[in-house]
Amino acid sequence: MRNILAVAGKELRAYFHSPIAYLVMAVYAVLCGFFFYSFAATYVVQTFRMQAMGGMGAPNMTINDYVIRPLFQGVLTIVLLLVIPLITMRLYAEEKRSGTIELLLTSPVTDFQIIAGKFLGALALFGTMILITFAYISALFVYGNPSAKPLIAQALGLFLFGAALLALGMWISTFTKNQIIAAVVSFAAFLLIYVLNWVTAYSSGAVSKVLSYMAITTHFDGFAKGVVDLKDLVYYVSVIALGIFLTARSVEALKGRV
Amino acid sequence: MIEVENLTKRYGPTLAVSEVSFQVQKGEILGFLGPNGAGKTTTMRIITGFLSPSAGRVRVAGVDVVESPLEAKRHIGYLPENPPVYTDMTVNEYLAFVGRIKGLPRAELKKRVGEVSDKCSITDVQDRQIGKLSKGYRQRVGLAQALIHNPDILILDEPTAGLDPKQIIETRELIKGLAGQHTVILSTHILPEVSKTCQRVVVISKGTVVAMGAPDELTARLQGYGSVLVTVEGPAPDIMSKLGRVPGVNLVEQVEASGARVTVEVHTEKNHEVRSELARAIVESGWGLFELKTGGMSLEDIFLKLTRRDLGEEVPEAETHPAEVQEQGKETGESELTN
Repeated sequence: MRNILAVAGKELRAYFHSPIAYLVMAVYAVLCGFFFYSFAATYVVQTFRMQAMGGMGAPNMTINDYVIRPLFQGVLTIVLLLVIPLITMRLYAEEKRSGTIELLLTSPVTDFQIIAGKFLGALALFGTMILITFAYISALFVYGNPSAKPLIAQALGLFLFGAALLALGMWISTFTKNQIIAAVVSFAAFLLIYVLNWVTAYSSGAVSKVLSYMAITTHFDGFAKGVVDLKDLVYYVSVIALGIFLTARSVEALKGRV
Repeated sequence: MIEVENLTKRYGPTLAVSEVSFQVQKGEILGFLGPNGAGKTTTMRIITGFLSPSAGRVRVAGVDVVESPLEAKRHIGYLPENPPVYTDMTVNEYLAFVGRIKGLPRAELKKRVGEVSDKCSITDVQDRQIGKLSKGYRQRVGLAQALIHNPDILILDEPTAGLDPKQIIETRELIKGLAGQHTVILSTHILPEVSKTCQRVVVISKGTVVAMGAPDELTARLQGYGSVLVTVEGPAPDIMSKLGRVPGVNLVEQVEASGARVTVEVHTEKNHEVRSELARAIVESGWGLFELKTGGMSLEDIFLKLTRRDLGEEVPEAETHPAEVQEQGKETGESELTN
């Protein structure tokens, strides 16, 4: 555990001693803030219009359904596709380029401790970043009365969604010394698993069912609605485990133990 | 302390290291000598556990590096060719991080960072960012990193590469001072470095060990003859035959020819002074003598010869000469090295 924390601390330091952490958080804050404002403003205009028309249907328009849910489901997941590669690209590519991978792999620590440390370091930055979302959302509690319960599920969903991408991005980063390549490939891969469930629009066979199950978006629906489903939890935890396992295999292959 | 047995490493179809075996005694400094691409780095990386061998075994302090890698790594401090430093950290932060992953207890960490900084004379830069340090300092930070957990064994890959002459001397002294308490393997492609620092040398070429022994003995064997370089203005064939007849000369090789000026290398019996004789022969013939100096086989030459023999090729002799008959005997004497 001590080794894991040492590596995690080192990663976190590296993020905050380079522009990456600030850039990533700034990008996230701006995009998240813009969409949050748009949704909130639209919601305000819409509810006024409804009330002006005689209050019909107005009680059904909740802040949760019209502001928070679209923000999580329609916007933040897409922002993460863009931002997570920026977090994961350096995890292994940087160590390979600078030669520090030799230090890590010749130290008396296991590959798993290094991987877990790196993952936790990236996760800590990601966790800090999504806190920004809740700074915005807390404003809704000041001016309105949204229900807090679905928010817990949505936060958990977003965290798992991001963690799954982090694990896969870390794996992709082991293949190259070039951070830009790692970022581009990660983004392409993330986009692909994001749209995988689109196949159901034109096909209904077993293959499309499997592809749809594999899509990372399919399993976010429940969380976005405020429902924590075991099956979705299992999916995200499995993807995280898979990413860590593939990273371990890839690091093993670096040593020529193929 | 270190036992390497029949070590082989393949990268796909290419054989990087083939059947390499050697041993290092406790407290000894072993020089690992070879041209670039000879397999020095690969061998060192296998000993440190960074690469896994395709065949053969390595034991450090009695521990097999493949079977119990963590235990083996605790005994080893490793300085790769490029010091593995995080450029965004300060020297102290970096050494503290390395100390932690090398398993130093927290209580000892600060003390050890101070000790190795002292030893490697980097205390004056301890709060500077490593990225802003010169190559010489970075190299010393790399060495401090290798020493931080006070390992029994130090593996140093070209520790003096890229340093200026003063730093090279300092680093050599530092490494020499480490012998006794640490067992050291250091790689280099610089011959004098080996004779100055190492007690024993393994010469490696094309992935195989071509010679092994104490540096003095090895230099003597590798340079089995004296050599004089002569630059003369005159007809090349005449010069070569004339100089070849000087007593004590075994062979004359043309090294370079530009215009009327010819540079030849004269091989002589070992410790046999022929320079005044050569000068006389040249002046008597009425040629212009431009330069006359003792030459030596450079390491590169030795390796070219050794490796060409490995491939079964004949060493190309630039020009032949009557004295070559005598040369034959020496040839066989020298080729014993390859066995």
